[in-house]
Amino acid sequence: VSTAVAPAAVRRAEEPSFYASKGIASWLLTTDHKRIGILYLSAMITFFLVGMTLGFFMRLEHMTMGPTVMKPTTYNALFTLHGVIMIFLFVIPGLPAVFGNFFLPIMIGAPDVAFPRLNLMSWYLFMSGACIALTSLFTGGGPPDTGWSFYVPYSVTTGTNVTMAVFGAFVLGFSSILTGLNFITTMHRMRAKGMNWMRMPLFPWALYATAWVQVLATPILGITLLLVILERVFHLGIFNPALGGDPILYQHLFWIYSHPAVYIMIIPAMGAISEIIPTFAHRTIFGYKAIVMSSMGIAGVGSLVWAHHMFTSGMSQIAIITFSLLTFLVAIPSAIKIFNWVSTLHRGSIELRAPMLFALGFIFLFSIGGLTGLFQGALAINVHIHDTYFIVGHFHYVMFGGTGFAFFGALHYWYPKMFGRMYNERTAVVAFILMFVGFNLFYFTFLVLGMMGMPRRYYDHLPNFHGGHLIATVGSWILIAGLLIMVYNLVRGLFHKVEVPANPWGGVTLEWTVPSPPPVENFHTLPVITEDPYHFNPVQPVAKETP
Amino acid sequence: VTSAAAESTTETKAEGHTGQHRDYIGAKLGMWIFIFTELILFGGLFVAYGMYRALYPQDFHHASGELNVTLGVINTLVLLTSSLTIAMSITAIRLGKKVQAMALLSTTAVFGCVFLVNKFFEWKAKIHHGIFPSSPLLAQRPHGEALFFSLYYGMTGLHGLHVTVGVVMMVIMLVLLARNKIRNDDFIKLENAGLYWHLVDVIWIFLLPLFYLAA
Repeated sequence: VSTAVAPAAVRRAEEPSFYASKGIASWLLTTDHKRIGILYLSAMITFFLVGMTLGFFMRLEHMTMGPTVMKPTTYNALFTLHGVIMIFLFVIPGLPAVFGNFFLPIMIGAPDVAFPRLNLMSWYLFMSGACIALTSLFTGGGPPDTGWSFYVPYSVTTGTNVTMAVFGAFVLGFSSILTGLNFITTMHRMRAKGMNWMRMPLFPWALYATAWVQVLATPILGITLLLVILERVFHLGIFNPALGGDPILYQHLFWIYSHPAVYIMIIPAMGAISEIIPTFAHRTIFGYKAIVMSSMGIAGVGSLVWAHHMFTSGMSQIAIITFSLLTFLVAIPSAIKIFNWVSTLHRGSIELRAPMLFALGFIFLFSIGGLTGLFQGALAINVHIHDTYFIVGHFHYVMFGGTGFAFFGALHYWYPKMFGRMYNERTAVVAFILMFVGFNLFYFTFLVLGMMGMPRRYYDHLPNFHGGHLIATVGSWILIAGLLIMVYNLVRGLFHKVEVPANPWGGVTLEWTVPSPPPVENFHTLPVITEDPYHFNPVQPVAKETP
Repeated sequence: VTSAAAESTTETKAEGHTGQHRDYIGAKLGMWIFIFTELILFGGLFVAYGMYRALYPQDFHHASGELNVTLGVINTLVLLTSSLTIAMSITAIRLGKKVQAMALLSTTAVFGCVFLVNKFFEWKAKIHHGIFPSSPLLAQRPHGEALFFSLYYGMTGLHGLHVTVGVVMMVIMLVLLARNKIRNDDFIKLENAGLYWHLVDVIWIFLLPLFYLAA
């Protein structure tokens, strides 16, 4: 992006970094979008490590047949918590709350989001929801054991502390709605002069599509969870067959939100990948408009496919066939993105830095995740693999291999901008390789186990599945080793004092025109945009050797 | 590539976290999006209502006959009038008539309370007659009737919660008016409160026929 106003890449004396003011109150009462992004990041990394530990113990349990380290009820609680924490506290809010908050205003040339105080309130709602959900573990009838989907009638009849966990998820949903509302308004009202819609970078575009899904789908989850609470407290009977209600209605309402939620997770991840790939291929993005349209297409069509989670629930044949068709349709915009990224790489000057490795890892893992999703869209195969490890393998390829790898890629990509520091490149690459190898060893084995018939959510397994479980457990160790090295490397980088230039990678979006870390006001003078995004010609990479 | 949209967006520029936020169009856009989310929140319940009414048309017909149409219509009139008074209050502050605006807003809040009191006595009478979710009386009646009353309590309850929030919001608006935080050149908060109150009103307009007039 060339701007009419010369970008101030060097920090001015009167423009301190947004880290300048000190004290805990200056953080807890901040309305600066960048600080709120950092607050989300620190909370989410913590939640992620907790969720990862729960997963580690579940894998450990399956290392041998019979009881290994826990009781069956503990196992039920673990998979519920692992799901609730990873989904509601990490992958759904992840990229929008952290990188969206930090970079959306900067990338569109704005001083902040449209409603800065509401933004802070979203963070407090997020933390409150998280606290409520985590408190439910230690109070009432013990940790919920329903799985993250809270299916009725079990979620209504179980004595565990479902009411509180569900209320926590309700509050988290409220936070998600307010963030979405804020982002939509920001993009409509605060783009820099000259930045019309088709000049907006692709990460903001992805956030725009996501924000609409957040705003339009989350209320359905809200009312559904509210009904579960009312059902438990007042016995309304809406979902209770004994009182004339219908549990399938719950499944519909739940998935009307929770399938689009999958796109809340993946669209921002795709947006981040669309930023990383042109920067490290040093080449303009291929098919900008196609990527924009496919983001909106995924958000639209993705909202109409929810019942593919329910093919075995006894719906009518017409419903099943319709939803199967729509499910296949949603693969088209996803594939468009993959083709565009690969075409961007074609004849680019590819630089294999850590963020780029994560982006390439994303393309590989997400492709497997997406294609295995099509298996499940096919009706006959769905019956065979329903509720098996195949499903578990598939959604980990999409959510972890997709969103997770994109999250960590984005973290490595924007780390120098966010902190004004640098991590060790070689360690980052080692961490990536361990994660990539461990991940595939772990979850590809799950796909195979699922095809063999291993049911999900089982505490124990039969001897013919044992080899697979052992491989997956070893894979989980390699994956976790990679993750820990990555986190260590990122934390260590914070304490390593180096001067990071404004534009270490040679990126061309607006965030690379401001100092690292950005000043409180983001821009000394608000930029004026005169060209389409991703013009690489005049830009020279100024990357330095990392410590 | 359209440049017209970009032109209009840059004219009224918000000043971000360090300055006063004065983007009225943005504030209204945010409120409208919030109203969409509220409609969808209630939408889930309307879907449930539609499904069970299709399954149990006779039971819904019978159960609806037990609700007091007079009370329902009175409440409708109360809410409709209150929407009028809040709209008049916004016009008054726009013209700089602070006292009049506060009087009209107080009237709206009182109407909101009247609605809630009415609703309270309606619920109380029903519960007194043994009609409430999981009551022994409803357990003997057909499933559709029990579901009708479950939906009745659920939907009017959620609506009542919104009325309560609205009344609290109006008290806050009154304080802001008294302190001149809402003035004739800065009344977006009151206008957004008005939008919210109209939403509460509109939802009730759908609840009335679905529950009271279904017989």
